[in-house]
This record gives sequence, structure tokens and C-alpha cells, in this order.
Amino acid sequence: MRDDCLIVRAFSRPEIVASYNPCDWDVLIRQARRGDILARLYVVLQQCQLLTNVPESAHMHLISAWALAQKHERVLRWEVDRIQHALNETGIPVVLLKGAAYLMQDLPAARGRFYADIDIMVSKESLPVVERALLIHGWMTVKLDAYDQRYYRKWMHEIPPMRHRRRQTVIDVHHRILPETTRAQPDATKLFAASVPVDGNESLRTLAPVDMLLHSATHLFYEGELDHGLRDLLDLHELFVTFGEDENFWTKLQERAQELELTRPLYYAMRYTYGFLKTPIPLSSMRQVEAEGPNWLLRGVMDALYKRALVPSHPSCDVYLTSLARWLLYIRGHYLRMPLYLLIPHLIRKAFVKEKKNK
Amino acid sequence: MKISDLSLVDLKQRLGTSGIYLRTGPFVTRLQSKIPSVVNNFARLYANNSLLENIGFVDFHVSLAAPHGLRRWYRPQVMFHFDDQVPFKPLPYQQAFPMMEWGLNWCISNHAHQYLILHSAVIEKNGFAAILPAPPGSGKSTLCAGLVSRGWRLLSDELGLITLENLDLVPLARPVNLKNQSIDVIKRFAPQAIFSPEFADTNKGTVALMQAPVSSVTRSNEFVKPACIIIPKYTSGAATHLEQESKGNMFMHVADSAFNYSLLGLTGFKTLVKLIDRCDCYTFTYSKLEEAIRTFDELATVNSITC
Repeated sequence: MRDDCLIVRAFSRPEIVASYNPCDWDVLIRQARRGDILARLYVVLQQCQLLTNVPESAHMHLISAWALAQKHERVLRWEVDRIQHALNETGIPVVLLKGAAYLMQDLPAARGRFYADIDIMVSKESLPVVERALLIHGWMTVKLDAYDQRYYRKWMHEIPPMRHRRRQTVIDVHHRILPETTRAQPDATKLFAASVPVDGNESLRTLAPVDMLLHSATHLFYEGELDHGLRDLLDLHELFVTFGEDENFWTKLQERAQELELTRPLYYAMRYTYGFLKTPIPLSSMRQVEAEGPNWLLRGVMDALYKRALVPSHPSCDVYLTSLARWLLYIRGHYLRMPLYLLIPHLIRKAFVKEKKNK
Repeated sequence: MKISDLSLVDLKQRLGTSGIYLRTGPFVTRLQSKIPSVVNNFARLYANNSLLENIGFVDFHVSLAAPHGLRRWYRPQVMFHFDDQVPFKPLPYQQAFPMMEWGLNWCISNHAHQYLILHSAVIEKNGFAAILPAPPGSGKSTLCAGLVSRGWRLLSDELGLITLENLDLVPLARPVNLKNQSIDVIKRFAPQAIFSPEFADTNKGTVALMQAPVSSVTRSNEFVKPACIIIPKYTSGAATHLEQESKGNMFMHVADSAFNYSLLGLTGFKTLVKLIDRCDCYTFTYSKLEEAIRTFDELATVNSITC
């Protein structure tokens, strides 16, 4: 899938970069920068001992991105420390999600990753206490109008984002992994129950490996805006590779996906990590998951859409109908999150308010 | 090949289509623009810079263009594009050329963390290189423009690039950005220099750019080791006065004025320690440019002898 795209080839078969000419490097670096995966590219090339093949000028951009990634890592570690500090007195355990979880569990998926917001999950009952504790320690709810406030509080799986008034870092506090309005309703209490501590610290936790992978898959394949599509796919790839070393992992993954009603995102995760990145997924697992996949028609459509949208949104990655594909996935992302009777008024309002702001 | 080897018609045609590939110090920028003031000022101020035929790898893909829609006619604007993205809000159309300069600075300070990047001017004479870090309004650019029109080599008036391993100063030799009163001061001081028109009402007041000396541009691949750091302070009516500054204070001052000191973390700290260790540190108060330059010349002479 997308072997025409330099960045996809560089990640699926890194040794191919030895054949890239300076013009290819020019495009590759830009694609990677657009996808926010320039430092990840550096890490992969370093691991495969391919850095000697990189032209000097392109190498500089990789080094620069790597320096930035290290800064991101330091900032995130400090942020996790501050969140722990803020929630310490409450005694409420906090579950780190996504990037923060990969980093704090020292997973290869964290190497050379850039982080934007920090995502955490707490139980729904503890939300008011957590929100108050964060407020006291300097995080303020990002300014939203009454509609957006209500939208978050009533329908979403998270409260409105909070920004630290001095450090300007943003924290997303979740109480479940999908909005209240989706058809699939993975039970958050099950996720909490299976969560694992970070470095033996019972109040700082991450999801268990299978859940971490399922959450990552759910996040990507329920998402409508795929600006970081390839980065998220690379995360999934690394998680499959890391966790897949445990041979029980694949069966557990299968069972858990059924239990949490998340077989469909798992299907997409396997199909597209393998399709794009040649992720080593056991054939038997792939077969089983395929049985849960969509029918041939829908599969064809989804392939056509994701082929176009799971690459960086750089003009050099675009093919025929790329913008249509991105738009359809955007609509799909919303449709999956909300039933139509909520979605249509919401989108109309968003379109209208945007108009007004632009004026 | 130099930019000045192209006719204005040719330059305009290239800038308006596939763009031109410009080398400034270690960077190659592909620049595209159809805006006449960009074309004309570029031809004037970058006349001595090398022009590359498409060499393949480009560090920064940059273009300046008017936005689509109404804003083409009603209070026209200009947008800076970095590889098809728009990192800043548009500016008034008349400010297209200064926007290009600021945009190029942004490209470097955001994407070149292989260097420690100081917000400072860097100049050199007879192998004696000085870093002039200072907050805006301290007369850093004025002093820098004065020095380079009296035989000093311009490495940069804004971005001091320092390699992390060897502490080499890396030249850019781009035009000097002059603001407000300093424009007239330098025009009187160096009437032979080449200037852009003045751009009024920008974020930084009125600005004008001065072409980098030819010799600085042709030597823009020659690195040099830093010998001293001088904080310039223009004070109206003050006597010329060079005073030793403590290394501790200088460390804090330079760390403060660096673009990526904290981004580089431990590497940034270690690099800065080495830099401060090897450099003489001064604060320099001045009001008369001629006297200021004499002081700098003496400093260069003394240090060249001791070297």
C-alpha cells in the first residue's frame, strides 16, 4: 500500500534509502516533517545503521529534529511529574494514555516521538476532584463558549482541555476512551481494572499492553482528522512489534477486542500496519480478525480512503481524490462519534460559528 | 554563479515560476515570489549571493504570495509560505520583503538545532570574532552595520550559529536589518552601501535592509572561532566605554538571548559553558559610532597580536 510514497517506503523497508538521490531526500524530509515523524525517521535510520547513507544536508535536519524530540521528552516527563504532584493529595490513581504512556513505560514507540497534549484518564466519579486539583495547581480550562462546554461535558469522553497558565502545556482529562455517543461502548472500569503501574508506582498507571494497543487503534480509526495518521500507524507498528514478542499476546488481544467491542478498529490496525509498514503480524491472528472485518465492498472503500489519508498531508503524497478521501473520513469520524440527530445540528453550528469568526 | 549574473527579467521569470535556489551560509533556500517588491529588493540586496542550479536537496522551500480572494484588492496582504504551510499571519502587502527576511530567520531558528543559535550579531576582523548579543533596541544592528562598513566581516546581524562540537561560528552573511533612527545613522555613516527602501509601520517600526559586504558573502563558507562576547549598549551622549563583564553574568545573558538554549538541554548547557570559558566578556557603552569602531579595531589588533 502506497509504495509510491517515499516516506512509506523509508519506514517499511529502511534499507531502500541507500538508493535515494538528493531530490528524493528533499521530498522525504518534507514529508516526514509534515507528518511530525522526522525524529522517528532519524531513530529508524540509526537503528538500521543507515545514517551513513544520508546526505550531509539532509542529515542536519534529522539531527535537528532529534534534538527537538529530546526536548519534547524532557517536557513530557516533567509534565507527568507535575500532574502526579498535583494529584498526589487526592490519592486518585491516574492512567496515562498514548504518548505519555509509551514514554513512561519506556516503549520503543516513544523513541523520537513528538508530543502535543498530554492525555490522562481517571474514573468518572473522580473527575470533579481531579479537575479541582488541577485548577489549584495552575491548569485552567481553555476558553470555550457555553455550547462547546456543554458539548464536552455531556457527550464527550473527556472534559474540556486544560492549559497550564505558566508552562502553557495542555492536558486532556478522559474518563473513558470513546465518547458517550458511539455505538461501541468499551467499559472504562475494565480498562482501569487491568491497568498497570509505572515503575511500581500504584498511583501512576498505564493501560495494560493489549488495552494500550486497542486504545491506540481505536483512537486512530475513530479519528476524522488524520494529520498524524502515519505517526499513529507507526505507534501501532511499534506496539505490535514490542508486545508481539510475548506469544500469548495475540490471543489475549483477540479476546479483549471482542470483550470491549473493538474488533473493527483492531482489524484496521492490523490491516494497515501490515499494508503500509509490513508489520510482522501472525497470519492466524490476521485471519481471525479479518472474519470480523467489513464486507468486501466496504473493505474496498475503506482501503481506498485510508490509502490516501494515512500518509502525511504533503502535496507530494497526494494522489487522485486525496482531498475527497480526507473529507469523507472527516465526516465518518464525526458520524462514528455521534448519532445523526446530534451530529447534523453540531456540524451546522460549527460551520456557522466558523463563518462568523472569519468575518 | 551569482544572483547579479541574472538579468532582472530573468530573475523575475525564475522567481515567478520554479523559483531560485539561493545559498546563504550553510543553507540552501528555494525562493518563489511574483511580488515585484520582493523581486526588486532581492535582486538588489542579494546580488552577490551564489545562485545554484537545482542541486537536489533544499533546506527551506519558501514563497511569498498575496492571499486569494478579496484581500488581493482590499487592503492587500502578503503571506509567507514554508513548504506550502503558512506559519504566520499575513502582513500588509508593502512589507513583503521584510517579511521574507523575518521568515528566513524563522526557518533557521526553528529548524537548525544542529547549532546553538544565539540572538546576536557576529562579526570578525583578522581572525578575531566577536559575538554581540543584545535585546532589540540596544543598538546591536547599528553597531554591526557600522563595523561591517569599516572592514569587519559580517557573519550575521541577527543569528549567531555555533556548531555544538567545535564551537565554530557559522556565517550567514545576509542583509543587515536596520530599524528606525539607525537607518539614517548608517546611511550617513556608509553612503556607499546599498540599501532597500524604508518599510514603514512594521511590527518593528520603520525598517530598511543593508546589503552584506561582498567580501563577507564570498567568505560565507569560512568558519571562525569566537574570541569575545560583547553586550553593546547604545546610550545617547554616553562616553565610549568597554568594561569587563563577569562570566557568570554573561552566561545568563547569552542563555537568555539564545533561541534554542533550553531546547538543546544538557548539550546546550555544555556548549555555552565552553563558549563562555573561551571568550573574553565585555559590556560596551557607546554613543559615537566612529569611536565605537576604533575601540573594536583596537580590540581586534591587540587580540591578533596575542594570537
